Amino acid sequence: MKWFKPLKSVAMSALIGVSGIASMQAQAELGYPEKEELKFGFIKLTDMAPIAIAYEKGYFEDEGLYVTIEAQANWKVLLDGVIDGRLDGAHMLAGQPIAATMGYGTKAEIITPFSMDLNGNGITVSNDIWKQMKPNIPKRADGKPQHPIKADALKPVVEKYKEDGKPFNMGMVFPVSTHNYELRYWLAAGGIHPGFYAPHKGDTSGQIDADALLSVTPPPQMPATMEAGTIYGYCVGEPWNQQAVFKNIGVPVVTDYEIWKDNPEKVFGITKAFSEKYPNTTIRLTRALIRAAKWLDENNNANRPEAVKILSQSNYVGADYDVIANSMTGTFEYEKGDKREVPDFNVFFRYNATYPYYSDAIWYLTQMRRWGQISEDKPDSWYVGIAKKVYRPDIYEAAAKSLIKDKLAKVSDFPNFAEEDGYRSPQTHFIDGIVYNGKKPNEYINKFSIGLKQGDKI
Amino acid sequence: MTTETALANNNTNKPIISDSIKALITTGFKTVLVPFIGILVFLMLWAGAASKIDTSLGKFPGPSVVWEQMGSLYEEHNAEREKEQAFYERQQKRIEARLAKDPDYVPKIRGYTGKETFLDQIFTSLITVLSGFVLAAVIAVPLGIAIGLNKTLNAAVNPVIQIFKPVSPLAWLPLVTMVVSAVYVSPDPLVAKSFLNSMITVTLCCLWPMVINTSVGVASIEKDLVNVSRVLRLPALKHVQKIVLPASIPMIFTGMRLSLGVAWMVLIAAEMLAQNPGLGKFVWDEFQNGSSNSLARIMVAVIVIGFIGFLLDRTMLQLQRFVSWDKAGTAS
Repeated sequence: MKWFKPLKSVAMSALIGVSGIASMQAQAELGYPEKEELKFGFIKLTDMAPIAIAYEKGYFEDEGLYVTIEAQANWKVLLDGVIDGRLDGAHMLAGQPIAATMGYGTKAEIITPFSMDLNGNGITVSNDIWKQMKPNIPKRADGKPQHPIKADALKPVVEKYKEDGKPFNMGMVFPVSTHNYELRYWLAAGGIHPGFYAPHKGDTSGQIDADALLSVTPPPQMPATMEAGTIYGYCVGEPWNQQAVFKNIGVPVVTDYEIWKDNPEKVFGITKAFSEKYPNTTIRLTRALIRAAKWLDENNNANRPEAVKILSQSNYVGADYDVIANSMTGTFEYEKGDKREVPDFNVFFRYNATYPYYSDAIWYLTQMRRWGQISEDKPDSWYVGIAKKVYRPDIYEAAAKSLIKDKLAKVSDFPNFAEEDGYRSPQTHFIDGIVYNGKKPNEYINKFSIGLKQGDKI
Repeated sequence: MTTETALANNNTNKPIISDSIKALITTGFKTVLVPFIGILVFLMLWAGAASKIDTSLGKFPGPSVVWEQMGSLYEEHNAEREKEQAFYERQQKRIEARLAKDPDYVPKIRGYTGKETFLDQIFTSLITVLSGFVLAAVIAVPLGIAIGLNKTLNAAVNPVIQIFKPVSPLAWLPLVTMVVSAVYVSPDPLVAKSFLNSMITVTLCCLWPMVINTSVGVASIEKDLVNVSRVLRLPALKHVQKIVLPASIPMIFTGMRLSLGVAWMVLIAAEMLAQNPGLGKFVWDEFQNGSSNSLARIMVAVIVIGFIGFLLDRTMLQLQRFVSWDKAGTAS
């Protein structure tokens, strides 16, 4: 059997040669997907649109991907689904991959190659609270409330509840959700303390020292929970703010666009293991999502009515066309009849909305630190380290470049990859006027009057 | 004379004919007209009450709206089937294109990825309830016979059955879910986990009434029959086959009919709770959507669930009549 060994090594070297060529080709041309049948999860919110559009417009199929899309009951079920492999990927809260990688909640390495949208949330209060708030709000010449409405108007109401010994309950969708941080940001900017977390003491309720008590409710159940009187207001994505107007049970007071102009919202999350095991599939699904996002914003939102029609199907968001259309087509109805133009309420592609900026991830980390979810001081380098683990512009870049090569997108659609360092320039459009510079997270945290600062610990 | 008799005959004949007509009318009245009027009155009451109830999702759906939604659900089903057709055609083309480029590729047809329609959900629920039911029967009937035949075994098993019998299978659901996801791991599973969860819940629900009814049926076989078997010195298996089974069949089927009815109710609740595919999920999804059609669509589901429950019960009743020798206890 001596002849066998040399033969084997010859075969081996031939094999290596072949695979070497194959990998070189992969760089030149994107290979076929390793996994063709995929299952993606989502929560019934309008910002899942890129996934629905990529499916309905056949962008997934163009990549050779056969994707099943499945609504999930709540964010926890969705995250667990991705971690245990029941789902291959999902529409996620930006904080979810970050918190999971950091080990806050379930620990798992989740990455995101694609940021799904900017803005898209609102804060709604019940009719009763609105009646008490309204006298405190400055009026415009035409008698309508002046925007943005600050939480200063809500403060006397919360104080009254506190004096009467009644808890002032509000709903948000998940402890690490954008909505939680936005609601906290808005409340704190108006002098209402939203409460601290103290995970090192086993307290993850987030209600230490709180004036307003925040708790978790799944998005589609927000209006019903407020109608039942369990909560007095909530922060959630669309269509659940507009639904409150239509059902006549509450009034949206502020959109997140007014709290922080063009804030990053959902991301598309997959496990790190998935991206390593199926690199071509990962790039291909990113390509499909980029095309979908581009379609959603094309020609100045010209495709939005069609998108709304798709989203109103019962297997996607399923709410009425009119309710979804209200926010998706550039307007937002506050108090009934007070419809205002908010053209950038939902941004899916312009302003580089889909590029996963490190600075976006770092903003979430600063808020986690501010409210005590990160209980210990961390150096600036730690913030960058986590952001680079979770946000993967490299995958995005590969997908974008191959789209440009296939003439499915233009160079001008994307940031200049040669110069991009992953940080947006310091952002100034916050409701309280505080400037955010992603390169200096600790300096940023120290600027807030309510919240933990460098060196603080509960 | 002849004319007189003819007349008399005529006189006696007339009442006979009108009697049978009358009987026909009364039975027709009872079996067709009365239920018809009942349904009509119900629909009117429903329509009247519906128009007075305002929910935050609009008016409560009346019969006409529900009828409309029934039509639109059917249309959606047809539209989805067309999309499915197109999906497979596109896939075929894509496979051919790839084969032309990459001849080593082993094509595999991928299943349709679109949504499940209302009709699909009905089908899923039916399959689930029937497979859960059959599995329960396979376990419960032999177990029940063994318990019925053997007093000692009965004494041993009875306390366990008595404790588990009143437990709602929904309480088992979380345990079933966790055990299934821990034990049932395969890269290419034959059936979905969600299907197994629902099915096992149905099985747990059907098991106890069937075991109890079977064992009671077996235990209450007439002594004479048992004695005959003794005299003939039938071996144990023959004894079960020739004496025990035929004698206890009416009771076994009573248990089955009971449990199938309960299982159908429990399955819908389980699907709602666990978000497993089926009619229950359809109801919950529609509730979550909160569109202006949602309530009417849920009402369609309610009617369909009721109708299927009714059909299942009737089918079991027919089966029971067919296999029972004494026709006792089968009056509807």
